Amino acid sequence: MAREILEAVVDGILIGGVYALMAVGLTLIFGVLDIINIAQGVLVILGAYLSYSLSTKAHIDLFVGLLITIPAMFIVGVVIHWAFIRRLRGTERTSMTLLVTYAVALIIEGILYRFYGADDVTLTASYTTTSVRVFGFYLPWIYIYGFILALVLVAVLYALLYRTRFGRAVRATMQDETAARLVGIDVNRVAALTFGIGVAVTAAGGMVFGATNAFNANSGYDLISRLLAIIILGGLGSVGGALAASVFMLTVESVVTIWYPTWAIVVFYAALVLVLLIRPTGFFGRREVRAQ
Amino acid sequence: MLRIGGLAALAAVTIAFPKVYTNPAITNYGVLAMIYVTVAVAWNIFSGNTGYISLGQAVFFGSGAYAMGVAAHGWNVTGTTVFALLPLCAVVGAAIAVPFGLIALRVRRHTFIVITIAFFFIFQLMAFNFSFTNGTIGLNSPFLNWPATSYNTPFYYIALAYAAGTIGIAWLVRRSRFGLQLRAIRDDEDRARGLGVRAMRVKLSAFVISGAITAMIGAVWFYYINQVAPQTGFDPLFDLTIVLMAFLGGYGSIAGAVLGAVIIEPLTLWLNTQPQFSGGALSEILLGGIFLVVVLFMPRGIIPTSGELIRGLRTRGRPAVVPATATGTAPVGGPASAADPESAPSVSPGGAR
Repeated sequence: MAREILEAVVDGILIGGVYALMAVGLTLIFGVLDIINIAQGVLVILGAYLSYSLSTKAHIDLFVGLLITIPAMFIVGVVIHWAFIRRLRGTERTSMTLLVTYAVALIIEGILYRFYGADDVTLTASYTTTSVRVFGFYLPWIYIYGFILALVLVAVLYALLYRTRFGRAVRATMQDETAARLVGIDVNRVAALTFGIGVAVTAAGGMVFGATNAFNANSGYDLISRLLAIIILGGLGSVGGALAASVFMLTVESVVTIWYPTWAIVVFYAALVLVLLIRPTGFFGRREVRAQ
Repeated sequence: MLRIGGLAALAAVTIAFPKVYTNPAITNYGVLAMIYVTVAVAWNIFSGNTGYISLGQAVFFGSGAYAMGVAAHGWNVTGTTVFALLPLCAVVGAAIAVPFGLIALRVRRHTFIVITIAFFFIFQLMAFNFSFTNGTIGLNSPFLNWPATSYNTPFYYIALAYAAGTIGIAWLVRRSRFGLQLRAIRDDEDRARGLGVRAMRVKLSAFVISGAITAMIGAVWFYYINQVAPQTGFDPLFDLTIVLMAFLGGYGSIAGAVLGAVIIEPLTLWLNTQPQFSGGALSEILLGGIFLVVVLFMPRGIIPTSGELIRGLRTRGRPAVVPATATGTAPVGGPASAADPESAPSVSPGGAR
């Protein structure tokens, strides 16, 4: 039993790292633009399908393919921001952007159905089928590689946010948009680039997700609801909170799966509801989240 | 006078509809359109008035459907007596809305929307996993031995009655003190609380009313289409479709919700019957596309936008005359009518700006 729990915890931490990658993109977008990108879930699936096409049609390795899919998803993000998000202003902006991104999600989902059909697919490579023995249980290599990838990318994001001029502009915009504008930051450019970066990480997240789960165009819904739970739990707009909440939630889910496999996801949402009853701003949230 | 005449004409047209078009394929559109009118107006009672956008209405819709299915099977109710279970479905909807609202209404804006989505997924998952909901297969409704040719007509009138009743309730809520409190919360919740509105109680009441109505019409829908499964009763597209209906017609207005439902539901039904739109994928793309066009080009919906256009034509571009009473104290006609943007057409947002 102890070994099973240990295995579940290790699994949870490794998968949590991958979720952290997707959630950080979502929470960054919220922090800078004050919107929730409902399309994030289906964009992860789009990223997974791009990797799928590259590996089955062009026989490019999944990790090497990221060199193509990450810039591609960055462009997708910038285009979505330029075409739709940028144009929304006014008092109902918050709810409008939510609905617009939902509509974008629907359109992408429909396009994916047209191209790839409704059958479940999964990404395969030599390291998705072979495992390594750790502490007496077997762990597929992809979990370890995926976790390392997530660590590297989150580190890159951190460096970008805290060690560069652009990162300073992003953080300034997150704190106070008007003040950022006043000191000469091009807020629109920051917003577009942040949206692009937030979407670009879904390429990596989608690749690892697709290599560890079977997916189809419809999988985005389940994913987005988990991601939303994670970023609310971590506190909207908090990068560190998103990291902690991903690892925490996925570990809890993984451990609960040992006894109640079908109900594990309920624990996920129940944790969210409980935390919000006690602390409406999440673990690391700012006060403003509650204000209207 | 014009309004009453228009309403009477509308009532005559909707009542005569199944007499004129007897083809079941056509009346099917009518039944589902009326069901969605009810759902959209019920959504509007809560979300349109308070500004809290709920993406969890399918929780009530599905629960109503399952409540009727479980009760009918458990007590062996068959035939038309099944309709006697509808009040029970309303009670179930209200009973779910109370704890749901008590938790979700503690938070605002994005967080509220996300909580409603979370509740939605919890309910879908419960429908998948409980034994009394019969898992993935779902439930079949009791058999109804009505002839196939006129099967839709009674359902049409039931749905029409629900639609009319819900519009009536929404109208009463809108012009009551309760409705004013709801809209005060929408404009500025903290200030409304400061002025003595018991925000939680008021929000929760509207949420419960909305949930009870949605649960009842969900049960009617279930008996009409004869089955419910977790994916159809608790459908994420359902939630988005209602919001789309409300926004397309005009967010916050009753007529807007009705118009949106009457446009969107038959359109999506028709798209799904066309062979070239196989698998529903294109209808999704189109639905999303319409939505984007509406939000980006007429963000306030058809009714307010076309109202402005007509007013613009009538006044030929000159700003409309704003009567002094509209900005000062309320006219003698009653405060409710002054607060209602539909019945106060002289206060043109275009002219006043």
